[in-house]
Amino acid sequence: MLDLMTANAAAAKAAMLARVEVIAAYPITPQTSISEKLAEMCANNELRAKYIKVESEHSAMAALIGASFIGARTFTATSSQGLALMHEMLFWAAGARRPIVMPVVSRALGPPWNIWTDHMDVMGERDTGWLQFFCENNQETLDMILMAYRIAEDRDIMLPAMVIEDGFILSHTFEKVDVPAIEEVDFYLHPFNPDVKVNLNKPRRYGSLVMPDWAMEFRYNNALAMERAKKKVVEAGTAFKKAFGRDYGGLLEEYRCEDAEVALVIVGSAAGTAKVSADRMRERGKKVGVLKLRAFRPFPSDELLAVGKRVGTIGVFDRSYTYGQGGAIFGEVRNALFPLAGQVRTKGYIGGLGGRDVTENDFEKIFEDLLAISSGGKAGKEIEWVALKDGSLRW
Amino acid sequence: METYRDLPQSTYTLQTTESVRTGTWRTLRPVIDQSKCVRCYACWKFCPDLSIEVHEEGDYPKVDYDHCKGCGICSNECPKQAIQMVREESVCSI
Repeated sequence: MLDLMTANAAAAKAAMLARVEVIAAYPITPQTSISEKLAEMCANNELRAKYIKVESEHSAMAALIGASFIGARTFTATSSQGLALMHEMLFWAAGARRPIVMPVVSRALGPPWNIWTDHMDVMGERDTGWLQFFCENNQETLDMILMAYRIAEDRDIMLPAMVIEDGFILSHTFEKVDVPAIEEVDFYLHPFNPDVKVNLNKPRRYGSLVMPDWAMEFRYNNALAMERAKKKVVEAGTAFKKAFGRDYGGLLEEYRCEDAEVALVIVGSAAGTAKVSADRMRERGKKVGVLKLRAFRPFPSDELLAVGKRVGTIGVFDRSYTYGQGGAIFGEVRNALFPLAGQVRTKGYIGGLGGRDVTENDFEKIFEDLLAISSGGKAGKEIEWVALKDGSLRW
Repeated sequence: METYRDLPQSTYTLQTTESVRTGTWRTLRPVIDQSKCVRCYACWKFCPDLSIEVHEEGDYPKVDYDHCKGCGICSNECPKQAIQMVREESVCSI
């Protein structure tokens, strides 16, 4: 059924459609309206879930780890400082192989205090062992949460998943969303039934101590599960297309890249803006394309390498910064393209930090820059800050 | 178990933490003086390790020395100063 809703409303609706059984959440801007909406659904008996009011995000995650061990489908949502406070428990959830699904409504970390979108919060958690999926719009937010449960709860995976929606740009902006019927979702997403469950009559210790002689092998199994997830993301997407008709294209979506001279790697809501810019450039005969990373963990290295063999110049737009290194995605894209070193030219762009608007004109300038590099021009700076007030007239 | 393939997905043990005798970590031992104890059970309430036992209402509290780590919270909280922390070597003979 078509409806008009924010990405936060879509995320809450997805949780309801997935029939989540335990929710533990703590409010933080811009996530709050997800947990508020779910509290309302529970109070009105639209959703028969246990809603645990907790004193912090750290506690929210701890509560869900326990609930997941009982065999419940679990859900929470957070942003920014709240995600950072969860940090320790994020490792716990992944290490204990609990398939918790959590929208992260991306927001800058202060100071300077700032409630608007950027991906510094998410990138700070990239090594916790969670699957990380970025969403371009409100529809994808709803759909990705459903897909995330299917991927995360697969017996071969059993890893937690973050579904990332950009603060305010998606979280508080109304868009048209096609909401599937719950019966259709039941067909796509079966009840969670893990092999190991807490049995109160047979108390055990969970997540218990492992000595140095075996701890590394547990890590290796987590690494293998993350690798296997690459295939499962594609499978979940194919099944989703079959069930609901919407196709998202696996780990990496190629937009007008088939004959592209240059392409821009990007995540989240800004991908939509970049696509509009690419369309405009195409109208002027410029062969540009967009590579939308849907999954950041697992990272689609093979898919990027395949594109690199066709597209000679690849730019990367990061809405985050890794101090002393550059853009988080830029570093990983170059790593993936290393077998083509010398053949593929790359450049990193940092932009949109702290909610700075990234416009179609910004992307057109980025594409022009990449085209100049492609036709033999110098890259100039290896990493450039987009629309930075540095006194120049470049942007 | 020979390889990583033989491992369960996540760790769990077949026993509860009761099988771990954390009392061996203790350097200070709480000793309850029943002549001062008023059985308010503040020690039982505050013990973070469930190591003060009260089986029936009205009983004097008893320390579970197999699990008490000797943190001293009970001694600190006791309103009648009925719990003294005593160095282990003064009560153990080697």
